[in-house]
Amino acid sequence: MKRTRLIVLLLIPYIGLLFVPFYNFRDPVLFGFPFFYWYQIAFVPVTAFLTWIVYRAGGGDD
Amino acid sequence: MTEGRGAAIGVFLFFFLLVTVMGFVAAYWRRPKTLARLDEWGLGGRTFGGWITWFLVGGDFYTAYTIIAVPALVYSVGAYGFFALPYTIIVYPFVFLVMPLLWKRAASEGHVTAADVVMGQYGSRALELAVAITGVVATMPYIALQLTGMTAVFKVMGLNGEWPLAVAFLVLAVYTYSSGLRAPALIAFVKDAMIYIVVIAAIALIPSKLGGYAHVFAAADEAFKAKGSGGLLLAKDQYLAYASLALGSALAAFMYPHTLTGIFASNSANTIRKNAIFLPAYTLLLGLLALLGYMGHAAGLTLSSANDVVPVLFATLFSGWFAGFAFAAIAIGALVPAAVMSIGAANLFTRNFWKAYLNPAVTPEGEARVAKVTSLVVKIGALLVILFLPTQFALDLQLLGSIWILQTLPALVFGLFTNWFRAPGLLAGWAVGFFGGTWLVYVNGLKPLQAVSFGGQSFTVYIGLVALLANIAMAAAVTATRRR
Repeated sequence: MKRTRLIVLLLIPYIGLLFVPFYNFRDPVLFGFPFFYWYQIAFVPVTAFLTWIVYRAGGGDD
Repeated sequence: MTEGRGAAIGVFLFFFLLVTVMGFVAAYWRRPKTLARLDEWGLGGRTFGGWITWFLVGGDFYTAYTIIAVPALVYSVGAYGFFALPYTIIVYPFVFLVMPLLWKRAASEGHVTAADVVMGQYGSRALELAVAITGVVATMPYIALQLTGMTAVFKVMGLNGEWPLAVAFLVLAVYTYSSGLRAPALIAFVKDAMIYIVVIAAIALIPSKLGGYAHVFAAADEAFKAKGSGGLLLAKDQYLAYASLALGSALAAFMYPHTLTGIFASNSANTIRKNAIFLPAYTLLLGLLALLGYMGHAAGLTLSSANDVVPVLFATLFSGWFAGFAFAAIAIGALVPAAVMSIGAANLFTRNFWKAYLNPAVTPEGEARVAKVTSLVVKIGALLVILFLPTQFALDLQLLGSIWILQTLPALVFGLFTNWFRAPGLLAGWAVGFFGGTWLVYVNGLKPLQAVSFGGQSFTVYIGLVALLANIAMAAAVTATRRR
């Protein structure tokens, strides 16, 4: 697919992180981390991965 | 740490001397035919590839002030201080989409600063001046705050008085003068590697000494309950503040002269795209670093100031020599951004004040000379501010600075996507955002949040974002009347 179509993927981190009621919870706890913390930390690799998908689709235009 | 203090200071001095030598040697690193051109001295010749850009931007975006202040805020207020994490995640899709276009524009037309780009697009000296002044005034307090990061470390090592700070900063000023952007770019390799080692050690070792992460969170929770404020989760009335601070900060982050310098110095648009994928590694670090604030509660530290939480935690839990290593990492962490910030401010002064108004016929060698001297003046100015004015003054100015710099976004970014906007509109928008935002901060007692209410619910929202919306609305309205 073209990069322009896939760019919508980059909206996911904004939606996932800016709507606080999605994740302002204590449970489920993971490795001692309340959900609020590990959910946001998990978005770091998720965002990098989504960006990589969009990058790959660009096909090196320059 | 008292018994290990000698070892700590020894290790600290070793690394400090190492980066000083590197700072001077950097003038010979990837040596061009001449350093006497602004894009050689101030942009490293626009030759930095993926790795150098990753270390340089990581080194100057995640500053010593961040390393001290983010855990300090988390220590004081809990979850709310964590907004730095979503902020430094959502900044990268924005960088990915916008900054390659900005780089192309700057590289093809030879622009060195944001104000150059704006002048090139709109041909308006007034708009160029607004963007340049905003960049300089937003950066100055930021440089000063890097010094407070160093001060916190010196204090814990028992190096009291003002001379260590003055010496460290003057040394930095001299090698930045001679090597330009190559100095922080080279030092960033050492700084970032050291910070990674320290944070990974802290994350791996400290919780076991404190009884695991579950206990760290529980201890922090108890401390907040005992204090009666703050908490591990956000209160309902903090949701909008948290989200708007994260979004506003993310949009502002790459409008600063120091971050843009890192962008303009890269060798291709693709280098920037790749970095938008790999720079989040630093965000992972920042998220873990923020937890040091909670570890401070678990360790039962008694602090005279929340800003001491990271250095005191390291001094308490690391052995002498490794504490010295950690302190060196933080202090060097202040040098890299301070150098890039002073270079960014110097580039603005040279291109958009000196060349624009004082000497339009300035030669490339002349430009480089003016920028070198300006970078010295900027750093000495920041040092004097920290030595002679209360720290609160720099803190208040930095807070305002992040709101101000956000107001340059429409002028700098919109033109990359559309030719619809006109200079008078963007200038009017900038003025509304800049002065309106300042006024809102002032009436809120120098706090960045404004109370709003809708549907009977009351919230607080980041003033920078409110000012940006007013800015865009004004820019669109004035442009619409001009285009008729």
